[in-house]
Amino acid sequence: MWRYIGRKSFVYLLTFIVAVTINWMIPRFMPGDPVRSMLTRAAIDDPDALARMTDYYNEVFGLDKPLYEQYFAFWAGLFRGDLGVSVMLYPQEVTDIILRAVPYTLALLLPAILLSWIIGNRFGAFAARSKILDNTLLPVGYILTATPYMWLALLLAWSLGIVAGVFPTSGGYSFSLRPEFSWLFISSLITHWVLPFLSMFIVALGGWAIGMRNLIIYELEADYSNYLKSLGAPRKLIRRYAFRNAMLPQITGLAVQLGTVIAGALLTEIVFNYPGLGSLILDSLNSRDFFLLQGVFLFVVVGVLIANFIIDIIYVLVDPRTRVQMTGGAS
Amino acid sequence: MTNVSGAPGAADSGTAPEPVAERKVSETLHFARRNPKLLIGLSIVLGFLVLGLVGPLFIDHDPNEYVGPQTQSPNGEYWFGTTTFGQDVWAQFVYGVRSTFIIGFLGGGIAFILGTTVGFVAGYKGGIIDEILNMITNVVLVLPALVVLIVAVAYLDVKGLFVQGLFIGLTSWPWAARAVRSQALTLANRDYVDLARLSGRRTWRIITSEMAPNMSSYLVMSFILMFGGAVLIAAGLDFIGLGPSNGVSLGMMLESAMQWSALQLGMWWWFLPPGAGITAIVGSMYILNVGLDEVFNPKLREL
Repeated sequence: MWRYIGRKSFVYLLTFIVAVTINWMIPRFMPGDPVRSMLTRAAIDDPDALARMTDYYNEVFGLDKPLYEQYFAFWAGLFRGDLGVSVMLYPQEVTDIILRAVPYTLALLLPAILLSWIIGNRFGAFAARSKILDNTLLPVGYILTATPYMWLALLLAWSLGIVAGVFPTSGGYSFSLRPEFSWLFISSLITHWVLPFLSMFIVALGGWAIGMRNLIIYELEADYSNYLKSLGAPRKLIRRYAFRNAMLPQITGLAVQLGTVIAGALLTEIVFNYPGLGSLILDSLNSRDFFLLQGVFLFVVVGVLIANFIIDIIYVLVDPRTRVQMTGGAS
Repeated sequence: MTNVSGAPGAADSGTAPEPVAERKVSETLHFARRNPKLLIGLSIVLGFLVLGLVGPLFIDHDPNEYVGPQTQSPNGEYWFGTTTFGQDVWAQFVYGVRSTFIIGFLGGGIAFILGTTVGFVAGYKGGIIDEILNMITNVVLVLPALVVLIVAVAYLDVKGLFVQGLFIGLTSWPWAARAVRSQALTLANRDYVDLARLSGRRTWRIITSEMAPNMSSYLVMSFILMFGGAVLIAAGLDFIGLGPSNGVSLGMMLESAMQWSALQLGMWWWFLPPGAGITAIVGSMYILNVGLDEVFNPKLREL
């Protein structure tokens, strides 16, 4: 077991190093002067402030030092938790801005991922090998996975938000309120949360249902299912065994799909102008705030790595074979 | 490219007796013709492909040009209506379908070539090469592709379809590599592969002429999945505003509809068609894929 986890952790550590290296490389090896292109778009009127900012960013990028020194300085800054200062909201630290946005993204992501996974699995297992459900719901599932997140978000915002007027379509809470711990504010948070959550949930649901359906069909073909059937075991019992076996690849699937779901969350947030990381990405792109953009990138990568690690531990707990065999290649 | 062109035809293997191969092809066709999923999916995909190829020929103005009256709902002259600036939504849609296919073939194709190459080499060679390639695959697999792309593309001043396709290909190959590797592992120790190795053939030849033909259906299906993935990622990038400069795509249509508040103005004809186009193309590809799976895999055929 420890070998399995150790092996996985090594891959994650490597991924983190690669991600940081990409983050360091991109502004330095892409054509153009990152500092100038960043500051020309930032629309600063005061020439004094501009000069100060140019100095600051030139120093932070450290473009006059040799490459390896720049690289180590970058890592050193990272370990101090220093991701630089935002251009968009000038004196504020990138880390602070991101930490303010993270709760909103998590509030969308976690329920959407978990609920769609649980319900999708149940649904897929239920639909497998029953002809009518299979032939009607399977295409629906495939169409849902093919739906771009932002399009479903737009559709929901338009139909439920603007035409029906049931839910608000913009922001994380009503503009007339300030963040505080009151019933009014919390209810406003919830109503603003419903539509983005729903659009993510629906798109993700299709994929899980299809995956489960395919796995159940595969398991029902396996020897143990046929043997049980020949013994005259009830259909329900065979299905229960099949379901438990099919869960394992779905847990791995959760880790594989994480990147796609997070991308979906970012796009959905942009549609609803939800104050999470997605909107932050859009704002930082529009004002060419590369520090903020790269900070968000690192945060997302770290989040994905942590989630992967948790999924790995769950997998070890659920599947006794990883505890006994310790075959790293099987995962 | 060789393993791709060599894959489905299997013409140069020479070891299989002719009649068997012939019977197998006709059997596949027999099931293919009777599979509604395959037929429906294929006809929708081909329909859109023809629309993307032929449609732009009938449009005599630039799709981004301000040609008509502003904010028109769909009518006889402007089939899909016009935008707030008087751009013809139908023209944009047709060009957008074209660029959707281009990005799918480019991004999906690059990802497919990279992924199958890595997968075949890792699965066939095994040992330390497999370890290293597998490690690289896992690292790239964990990185969230869209977020990496956003950071990379943000620094580019000039963005084109080709660059976008290249970047998408570079970030989305690991899935194919893993799938192909696991298949190649099971094929690498078969007798006929051993025989080919004994006869002194080059590794590359063995992979393209012995192993690839035996998993051609698998390869076709992973290409289709890569295509769909590339289209969706490209749509996401375009929607954030990182699409090709001065280009037209379905994702960019969604972006401009969003940016100029088509939602609040009730201009449903602006944001409905592009998303429906993407969904229809990618969704029917997935359904086509299920159909192919049923044709090639007897276990899945409905009895």
